[in-house]
Amino acid sequence: MSPNPAHRTIDTIWRIESPKVIAGLTRMVRDVGLAEDLAQDALVIALERWPETGIPANPGAWLMMTAKRRAIDVLRRSKRRDEKYAELARETSLYTEDDADSRLDGEIGDDLLRLIFMTCHPVLSREARVALTLRLLGGLTTEEIARSFLAAESTIAQRIVRAKRTLNAEKVPFEVPAGPELQERLSAVLEVLYLLFNEGYSATSGEHWTRPLLCQEALRLGRVLAEILPGEPEVHGLVALMELQSSRLRTRVNADGEPVLLMDQNRAQWDRLLIRRGLAALERSRRLGRALGPYSLQAAITACHAQAVTPEETDWTRIAALYEALSRVAPSPVVELNRAVAVSMAFGPAFGLQLVDELCAEPALKDYHLLPSVRGDLLSKLGRHEEARAEFERAAAMTRNERERTLLLNRAAACGNMAEGE
Amino acid sequence: MRFMMIVKATTDSEAGVKPTQELIDAMQRYNEELVKAGVLLAADGLMPSAGAVRISYPEPGGKPKVVDGPFTEAKEMIAGYTLIEVKSREEAIEWAMRMPDPHGFGQGEIELRQVYEVEDIMENPESQEKENALRMKLGERNKA
Repeated sequence: MSPNPAHRTIDTIWRIESPKVIAGLTRMVRDVGLAEDLAQDALVIALERWPETGIPANPGAWLMMTAKRRAIDVLRRSKRRDEKYAELARETSLYTEDDADSRLDGEIGDDLLRLIFMTCHPVLSREARVALTLRLLGGLTTEEIARSFLAAESTIAQRIVRAKRTLNAEKVPFEVPAGPELQERLSAVLEVLYLLFNEGYSATSGEHWTRPLLCQEALRLGRVLAEILPGEPEVHGLVALMELQSSRLRTRVNADGEPVLLMDQNRAQWDRLLIRRGLAALERSRRLGRALGPYSLQAAITACHAQAVTPEETDWTRIAALYEALSRVAPSPVVELNRAVAVSMAFGPAFGLQLVDELCAEPALKDYHLLPSVRGDLLSKLGRHEEARAEFERAAAMTRNERERTLLLNRAAACGNMAEGE
Repeated sequence: MRFMMIVKATTDSEAGVKPTQELIDAMQRYNEELVKAGVLLAADGLMPSAGAVRISYPEPGGKPKVVDGPFTEAKEMIAGYTLIEVKSREEAIEWAMRMPDPHGFGQGEIELRQVYEVEDIMENPESQEKENALRMKLGERNKA
């Protein structure tokens, strides 16, 4: 933290304005690393001046203009001067910058979008994409990112430096691709945001209180993305999914830090505002009139839970149908297993068991403890206690989570007792 | 963390005077900025208190007293609110500072208040019976 209040205010302004400034500069110099340095230079100048002169009325425009002037200085001295300088002279009009701010709005949106596409480029590893996105678009410090990922600051710093270098070396263009490539790249962008979100979401069961920051940041970036890319149903789908999941964030862990399952959560504490927002985002996705993609479908499933006032009122038939649709657009054994559970809730355990049995041959689920655990659950519901006991024991041996193991062994014991009582 | 920017009522807002086009434009630009930063959760304006009802309980345990609007003390009333989600108190203040002077004429006032987070997470006896099957229904959990 900075030492005095003026610096704290400037820090905050930086966080709000830096993505736009970096995006605008990247368009100019075509190099995120250089753009970030220039933006940082402008920040340093602001830190020197603002405490004396006061904070300007439009600090974002001030930072942008100062950074652009620096950019011109730097480029003038650099080797690339010849080709760049002419280009800059055309693109920059320093004299109208002050009132150009509102006119620039559309462009800033475009620049942000380009920046998102750049930081999420598949040429980078997933970790690098996540770190770079948080850094350049979230305005998070290396330290904050490191804390969120429980990694050493030097590791994260290295990762970011290397990512910027890679973007340069691979000549990744600062642009939003068109046509079919857009969909492909967009899914990489959405993946990064959801990865970010999940990292925070599943960590809430630990003692790492900093991680909700990741959920919040992913959701915030998703909302920004939805605003600048309103015609993409999956963007709204992902936002819907994140809003809906966030609505139960507080009820997922009890006072002892233990996970509370969906059906046991106190629905009165679900965040109604986020649910409403999630449902609205899902509606926006639907209204675009294209077939629902994986994120929208998952959001629709989550919405079914959000709309059930009590667990008993859950519309399992609809959830089963949605899983069926999901298994077509994004087939995976895990989705199949989820579908089996939904089917068993909607139509009875025998139907679910049939689907689970088919999955037992699936090599991808060979070490997945939830498969025997679901199977055990269905068997016990069907009164086949001895078989259920064996499945729970198998699941217990497979899980790496202590708490879960205890739970599974307890269930196995309970099934054993019932089998003996017969 | 969430903050509510509460816009206080003014004699104008109470009289139902519509804001000037200039103020509407400024407000729109401001809200757009909030949306583009991904921090806006909700924003609404309230109608004048002429149509309002006030229910008070002057006697402990007694019957409610119902009074119809309009109410006179404009400054103590709310004309609208904007709910934002931000990372720090400083950020909330920064956003509040950027809000245009609401219905100004020397009466504009914005109050910034933090929203309570539900700190006490309820304790719930875990229903072991459903444990694993139910966990699976958190389908989205497994999709990473």
